[in-house]
Amino acid sequence: MVRDLSTEFCGIGLKNPVIPASGTFGFGLELADSFDLNILGGISLKGTTLEPRFGNPTPRIAECEAGLLNSVGLQNPGVLALVNEKVPALRKLYGGCIIANVSGFAVDEYRECCRIADGCEGIDIIELNISCPNVHGGGMAFGTDARAAAEVTAAVRSVTHKPLVVKLSPNVSDIVAIARACEDAGADGLCLVNTFLGMRIDIKTRKPILANRTGGLSGPAIFPVAVRMVNQVAHACKVPVMGCGGVATAENVIEMMMAGASAVQVGSENLRNPFACKEIVEALPGVMEQLGIEKLSDIIGCV
Amino acid sequence: MPSITKIRLEIISNLPVTHNCFRLELAGEGLPAVAPGQFVQLEVPGKFLRRPISVHDASSERIVLIYKTVGEGTKILSQMTPRQSLEVLAPLGRGFDPGMSGKRALLIGGGLGSAPLYSLAKTLLAAGKQVEVILGFNTAADLVLLDEYRALGIEPAVVTLDGSYGIKGVVTDAPIPEHDCFYTCGPLPMMRAVCRQLEGPGELSMEERMGCGAGFCYGCTIQTAGGPARVCADGPVFKKEDILW
Ligand SMILES: Cc1cc2nc3c(=O)[nH]c(=O)nc-3n(C[C@H](O)[C@H](O)[C@H](O)COP(=O)(O)OP(=O)(O)OC[C@H]3O[C@@H](n4cnc5c(N)ncnc54)[C@H](O)[C@@H]3O)c2cc1C
Ligand SMILES: Cc1cc2nc3c(=O)[nH]c(=O)nc-3n(C[C@H](O)[C@H](O)[C@H](O)COP(=O)(O)O)c2cc1C
Ligand code: FES
Repeated sequence: MVRDLSTEFCGIGLKNPVIPASGTFGFGLELADSFDLNILGGISLKGTTLEPRFGNPTPRIAECEAGLLNSVGLQNPGVLALVNEKVPALRKLYGGCIIANVSGFAVDEYRECCRIADGCEGIDIIELNISCPNVHGGGMAFGTDARAAAEVTAAVRSVTHKPLVVKLSPNVSDIVAIARACEDAGADGLCLVNTFLGMRIDIKTRKPILANRTGGLSGPAIFPVAVRMVNQVAHACKVPVMGCGGVATAENVIEMMMAGASAVQVGSENLRNPFACKEIVEALPGVMEQLGIEKLSDIIGCV
Repeated sequence: MPSITKIRLEIISNLPVTHNCFRLELAGEGLPAVAPGQFVQLEVPGKFLRRPISVHDASSERIVLIYKTVGEGTKILSQMTPRQSLEVLAPLGRGFDPGMSGKRALLIGGGLGSAPLYSLAKTLLAAGKQVEVILGFNTAADLVLLDEYRALGIEPAVVTLDGSYGIKGVVTDAPIPEHDCFYTCGPLPMMRAVCRQLEGPGELSMEERMGCGAGFCYGCTIQTAGGPARVCADGPVFKKEDILW
């Protein structure tokens, strides 16, 4: 039997729900010679800011049990390079859903960045990153306060007609309150979760491993928390949810969808296996068969 | 960017070469060619991230890595035995440019930095160039690869920090042979001294903590003269003038 992997997100048809997560797949182009990207349901591009950013000093990566901490700090070439170079180059190679991930430090900056992204034909969805834990005075500050989250969502809403997805921080005690605030402010969808603020210390040198001291925890370690948050938000909100956090297998994708995700992002797993998303898509029909699932979208939010 | 292959290789041998260094030989059908200075991302069972290790020697469908046991991952590696298998991503990074100017190349390795320079020496010799080698170690017990270099017909000048073998001091204390260009790999302070003191065009191989090792996570970016550069993809080999010391 042919298994139907297709799903829909904010009115956009995806041939399957598997999307490499922002920051873990560059601008898509880096791996274009290693496999045909068209197997992917969508691609979320590296987080972009209005101006180019170098990001944080190295070390930016610290391994831990079942995952890693990163403090890349939003290194990116700026939104003009995104819309003039990266997206057009990717569009030539890739027919699926292109998601621009936008970040900032002030409401005006988010708004201007999204206005520019809005004018780029190749971008299908704008993903507002209000949850980056690695930059000071921005990013996550918007994602941990319902009023600030609503304010930035509304500001961006006013400059774009593209589907607007707000990516939430898990570093909060009430994820539902933030999710509802974003929904009420005009978000078309929600993506959760970003990384959890963490720290590692080198016990020989008695210094933090990351030059930035702290970083965001991701990988299989956070999967159960992400599933719980997706489930809570999917029950509380009407807009579709993109599930993200620790997804490493086709089984994890199905679990996320059962929790309420209409599409699923895969992050850290790409770092250890650049072919992870491709392999997950290839494995999905077999797992669906074992579980008696004919159409993947049937299981969305069944729990 | 160049295509990356993910491939499972069989361990042919994994034997100590010093008190804390191992020589790991891996083979498998479909292993792509790896150039001198390029590296692989090696799976370590039980560890989330792969470990970046330079290729010491390569021939068709076979690679040799020399690694030092420094932490948990390399300790796990050192306990692996022949016929077990390990998955690698290869080839990664931009290697040495064997076409750098002139006929006489000087290779300066510090510690295990001597390992990737070995395959470069082979390539340079095959291209008809003259190759001089200086190797520096902390102490005589750390000496590696001398016999391998000798088997190529090269007699490396050896320097040890404590004077327990060869010249006492650091690599720049050795008499510097005439050369048209140089290549260096080893600890950063050593490479800095080499790049400052030596004339002529030079290349060096950088190290950084990595995530993907393949250019798409921005985990390894350093500032260079030409702007931000990913050590894993724009390097690990850089021109000496690229590095902002
Ligand atoms: C391009 C490149 C080539 C290398 N070639 C060699 C080689 O030929 N032989 C060799 O012995 N070593 C080499 N190294 C260093 C080697 O990667 C580390 O020694 C190894 O990752 C340590 O792993 P561990 O689990 O034992 O240490 P741990 O300290 O337990 O590792 C924890 C984390 O830190 C990372 N890490 C620790 N030290 C280093 C380091 N010096 N550089 C980069 N990442 C590090 C690990 O990869 C891991 O993610 C190379 C590094 C790079 C970047
Ligand atoms: C190296 C790295 C860089 C990241 N960069 C971004 C980014 O630029 N924008 C963003 O919204 N999320 C970023 N993230 C977060 C991921 O997109 C994802 O939300 C998070 O890692 C959890 O998923 P995972 O456990 O599958 O990795 C980054 C994560 C990693 C590991
Ligand atoms: S380690 Fe991912 S870009 Fe270099």
